[in-house]
Amino acid sequence: MATTSMAVRAFLLLLLVFLSLANLTLSLYEDQVGLVDWHQQYIGKVKDAVFHTQKSGRKRVVVSTEENVIASLDLRHGEIFWRHVLGSNDVVDGIDIALGKYVITLSSEGSILRAWNLPDGQMVWQSFIDGSGASKSLLTVPTNLIVNKENLILVFGKGSLHAVSGIDGEVLWTKDFAAESLEVKHIIQPVGSEAIYVLGFVGSSQFDAYQINPKNGEILKHNSAALSGGYSGEAILASSDILVTLDASRSKLVGISFQDGELNLQQTSISNILGDSSGTPVLLSSKLPGMFSVKLDGGVTLIKVTVEAKLEVMDKISSVVAISDAIPLTEGQQAFALVQHGDGKIHLTVKLSHDLSGDLLKESIVMDNQRGMVHKVFINSYIRTDRSNGFRALIVMEDHSLLLLQQGAIVWSREDGLASIVDVLTSELPVEKEGVSVAKVEENLFEWLKGHLLKLKGTLMLASADDVAAIQERRLKSSEKSKLTRDHNGFRKLLIVLTKAGKLFALHTGYGQVVWSLLLPNLRKSECEFPTGLNIYQWQVPHHHAMDEDPSILIVGRCGQSSDAPGVLSIVDAYTGTEINSMDLVHSISQVIPLPFTDTTEQRLHLLIDGNQHAYLYPRTSEAIDIFQREFSNIYWYSVETKNGIIKGHVLKSNCIQEVVDNYCFESRDIWSIVFPSDSEKIIATVTRKPNEVVHTQAKVIAAEEDLMYKYISKNLLFVATVAPKGSGAIGTATPEESWLTVYLIDTVTGRILHRMTHHGAQGPVHAVFSENWVVYHYFNLRAHRYEMSVIEIYDQSRADNKDVWKLILGKHNLTSPISSYSRPEVVTKSQSYFFTYSVKAIDVTLTAKGITSKQLLVGTIGDQVLALDKRFLDPRRSVNPTPAEKEEGIIPLTDSLPIIPQSYVTHALRVEGLRGIVTVPAKLESTTLVFVYGVDLFFTQLAPSRTYDSLTDDFSYALLLITIVALIAAIFVTWILSEKKELREKWR
Amino acid sequence: MARSLSAGDLLFLFAVSALLCVSVGFQSDELLLDDEEFGLEGGVPTKSPDLTYTRSSSPPAQPQPTTTTSRRRFSDQDTDSKIQFELHHAFGDSDFSPAGTFSARLKTWSHGGQTLTKLRFSRNAFTEEEKEEFSLLLKGDDFYSIRLPSSVANPPGRDYVISSVKARCLLREGLDEHFVIHTDGVNILAVNYGSPGACPYPRQLRLPSKWSFNSHTVLKNSEQAPRAPVFSEEVFGGEGVEGEVVPPQERSFWAKYWMYLIPLGLIVMNAVTQAMNMAEEQVGAPSAAGQAQQPAAIQRGSSSSVRRR
Repeated sequence: MATTSMAVRAFLLLLLVFLSLANLTLSLYEDQVGLVDWHQQYIGKVKDAVFHTQKSGRKRVVVSTEENVIASLDLRHGEIFWRHVLGSNDVVDGIDIALGKYVITLSSEGSILRAWNLPDGQMVWQSFIDGSGASKSLLTVPTNLIVNKENLILVFGKGSLHAVSGIDGEVLWTKDFAAESLEVKHIIQPVGSEAIYVLGFVGSSQFDAYQINPKNGEILKHNSAALSGGYSGEAILASSDILVTLDASRSKLVGISFQDGELNLQQTSISNILGDSSGTPVLLSSKLPGMFSVKLDGGVTLIKVTVEAKLEVMDKISSVVAISDAIPLTEGQQAFALVQHGDGKIHLTVKLSHDLSGDLLKESIVMDNQRGMVHKVFINSYIRTDRSNGFRALIVMEDHSLLLLQQGAIVWSREDGLASIVDVLTSELPVEKEGVSVAKVEENLFEWLKGHLLKLKGTLMLASADDVAAIQERRLKSSEKSKLTRDHNGFRKLLIVLTKAGKLFALHTGYGQVVWSLLLPNLRKSECEFPTGLNIYQWQVPHHHAMDEDPSILIVGRCGQSSDAPGVLSIVDAYTGTEINSMDLVHSISQVIPLPFTDTTEQRLHLLIDGNQHAYLYPRTSEAIDIFQREFSNIYWYSVETKNGIIKGHVLKSNCIQEVVDNYCFESRDIWSIVFPSDSEKIIATVTRKPNEVVHTQAKVIAAEEDLMYKYISKNLLFVATVAPKGSGAIGTATPEESWLTVYLIDTVTGRILHRMTHHGAQGPVHAVFSENWVVYHYFNLRAHRYEMSVIEIYDQSRADNKDVWKLILGKHNLTSPISSYSRPEVVTKSQSYFFTYSVKAIDVTLTAKGITSKQLLVGTIGDQVLALDKRFLDPRRSVNPTPAEKEEGIIPLTDSLPIIPQSYVTHALRVEGLRGIVTVPAKLESTTLVFVYGVDLFFTQLAPSRTYDSLTDDFSYALLLITIVALIAAIFVTWILSEKKELREKWR
Repeated sequence: MARSLSAGDLLFLFAVSALLCVSVGFQSDELLLDDEEFGLEGGVPTKSPDLTYTRSSSPPAQPQPTTTTSRRRFSDQDTDSKIQFELHHAFGDSDFSPAGTFSARLKTWSHGGQTLTKLRFSRNAFTEEEKEEFSLLLKGDDFYSIRLPSSVANPPGRDYVISSVKARCLLREGLDEHFVIHTDGVNILAVNYGSPGACPYPRQLRLPSKWSFNSHTVLKNSEQAPRAPVFSEEVFGGEGVEGEVVPPQERSFWAKYWMYLIPLGLIVMNAVTQAMNMAEEQVGAPSAAGQAQQPAAIQRGSSSSVRRR
């Protein structure tokens, strides 16, 4: 048995080597697109939306999002018409529509102004806004401000006001306010007024109003007034001549009327109008005509502002979560929407701004409670068939999803929370249960036969165009792919993703459909401020009871922005998405260490390290502590203090010394430390091996020298890259002489530096991947002005003498002796550098079930694509003229740069916009690995780095095989009969 | 690569020193005090991978008078200063206490860099208390920790660099220890402390027969990374392409057509065997019939005659 499996393995290896020699690259035929891969496009949480309802043509809405996306969405179906993903450092500050045909966006803290063509999203012009200071930015597109036949766009950015022509983006004039250190809050051009008003605050106690001539930017009038009670930072324009603000103590509302050239301040105590309350009032930023809204104790009060800046309470509405801006209706009326929550529904009310008593529209919509609260609402009106006003509302939910409501129903919804994935984990699907009905099998058989007949037709070139289409349809939509059960090859899995909004999604690998989703309840509690989901881990993976127990996952989160905020844990069933257990911790979480031990229920032990280097054991059961105590002295971990440039190693010491006895809390002590000199080195990257990686063989045969080398395979290796502090900025800020990159390989148990190497004239950012006994990292070479990728391979010399066959036979080798980190390692490293054309966003390596298949590096390029690069290109043993023996081994002749073969793009023609991470998961089939790429978009595919040598492809024609066999058998019979007859005849002769 | 280079350098240095000094008595374990001795050592122009290996045993060797030679020209532009820093140790959770002294030369280069060379170590012998504490560590299989200042110029620098080892790993005949000190100029990044050899995992409890340390010290600097290979244009464009890409095209006849040749060979072999069988059948069939027919015999005769010919 063992020998046969060995033989099979050897055969597979041979086959593999042969196949990979035959073809280095891996590519896709056109009709294979979408067969195993899927691509989903998202935009992220909507920040701002501008409706655009042209009389003719399709109805659209233009949105800007927190993922820095500008997109035009179809109002009927929610599809993306066009989309632009700006870089992560190009945050969109403002969006508006100008001239009825351009979308104007202001980004990068008010320094870039762009105009996009509304129908197709082509960029029309782009202007760079210069300025001396740094300030908040503001974009105002006045509706009818025409100066010298040009529509003006007013932009405040970099401390100055700019008037930009709407037609070509030319800056017409600039007025600098940087000297006054004015924090501009509003720029308005009141109807009927010639002048532009710039309103802002200087410091926290002075209000300034400037009247500016729109033709040349000259200041016509400047008024300023002292604010006796200070200023809270919130200011809202209640009407065209009155600005309302809260004083610093948030106890008084200050109305400032500015239009008549005079500044009039009216102070009103909040308790006078709203009554006594303990909560802090907040001014809502919704733009309502002649009104403003104050949020206090969960309720919203609408307050009307009279001409004399007197305040009158109009209405108090409880449990309001969002108010939209007012939109103009016909006959000078304006309407706005407010959203309330109640018993599993959301209530959308549209009111006229001058008459709050009546409702224009009141709708209740049943809402999935996994979407949470409404965060934002934008409304748009349309004319119904009966000539009355209809309204549609675009709402943004707590889980970042986007929905369109119309006529009391959800017209469409988009799961845009998936644009901001924080962490990814995979889970197996349930095992298929027995008991499938006969009818189903028969139907399946018929379908199966039909399908294969079609395929056969295709193979024999007999298929008509319709048949070809049917074949393609069948291939893309095979029901096999989306089944919710485990498959034999391990291709079907659940991708469990945690988003920034604190929501979990389980995506099926078949088509990427959402199987379940869960907005984590313990991150939504009112006492949890600034909830952040951090990571997900496998909590329990049942193998023994796989049929009747579900696996569960652990979600680690934190309440608060700082790292010492208390943590929250939540345990969720991976099949159903229900929360099994949740815990609010008293301690913070700085590190989570999944231990390699499980208890009898196959729950994995986790060690959580808090900010004070205390270790806490989870689950908190006596059984867990028993297992833990047994391994107490063998648990080591390390921590990286990037800010201080120190890496420390820790061990457990004893139980915590606290007032309350906690058996699950342990003190730690430092056993080693590495202190990087602060004047010459700064940590920029640390990478370890993946804990689930399988290494097939420890030995590497070097055929050319008839030699054997042992890979130094240790789970405790850490790769650290440091750069000179001067070189830690952007590329180009440092000269080659003052910038260097040092890389380390560190054993994390003893703190031993196994390898240390300096690249002079190199600079970060460094992206690295660690697998088996090698590290590949990517950085910038300042001398060569190119990016480079380097490889380090590390080999164990202490076992190098075990090459003698006799030694192995007689058992005189040290291969089976346990390896201790405390032995002095004898290692050799080999390294080599190659130029690489692209800058890199992420880098990963393919993982397979047994680690036999050769590896490919997956490089997320700057163009948001994923390039598969064979590891053999990054072999330190490549030489200019490899000997025939080396060639046979698969060594590629040395080149100075790594090849980029267009066919080896895993993402083929697609782009994963805003690419942030690549996750690889082994399938059960050794040749295949599953790749999930996430960013703003999601992409999933299967890869076979050495081709699918262990399975037949999907389009393999079983029917053809069957027919061939039948034909052969028939032929055998025919010839047999013929020969019988002939023999008979011979005998008769 | 780097190692072989440095070895080459050392060889060269050794040859030069052998030429210059008449008394060849260079001993690795002597405590050298003469400044001139080190001028040569530092004469290596590269900052990196010179790897100093010193070995010190307790008690430290007596300083020996050394012959002065005319090697001043090497050290003219560079100034040396002697530096000392302390090694501290701790037993398990105890506080750190002095355990020995490192002395080294701090070489200042003309370009401003500073390098640590010629490291010497003198270890204090264990006191009775320390012996007891160490025995406790051995019994409990606990950690013996050491620390060094992270900067030798102004100790302790930002922090101490710590290293620990299970006390049982140090045990040989006496106590064997091995320091690898990773330096960068005057800074000590890390110290790797442990036994000079293996420390097999089920660590056995033994007590040392003699309480003296046998210390080995290695000073390590950063290695230089290999550069990316740069091919000049004409090599790459001219020879590189034609000389390397074309030969793989010129595969042997067998390599090219083996997939056709094997089936062909099989068919041919099959045909041959069939033909042979046919022949034998025709030969064998008459004999089985009892040699009744004359022509068959004639045929056989002719065929055998053919074969004989």
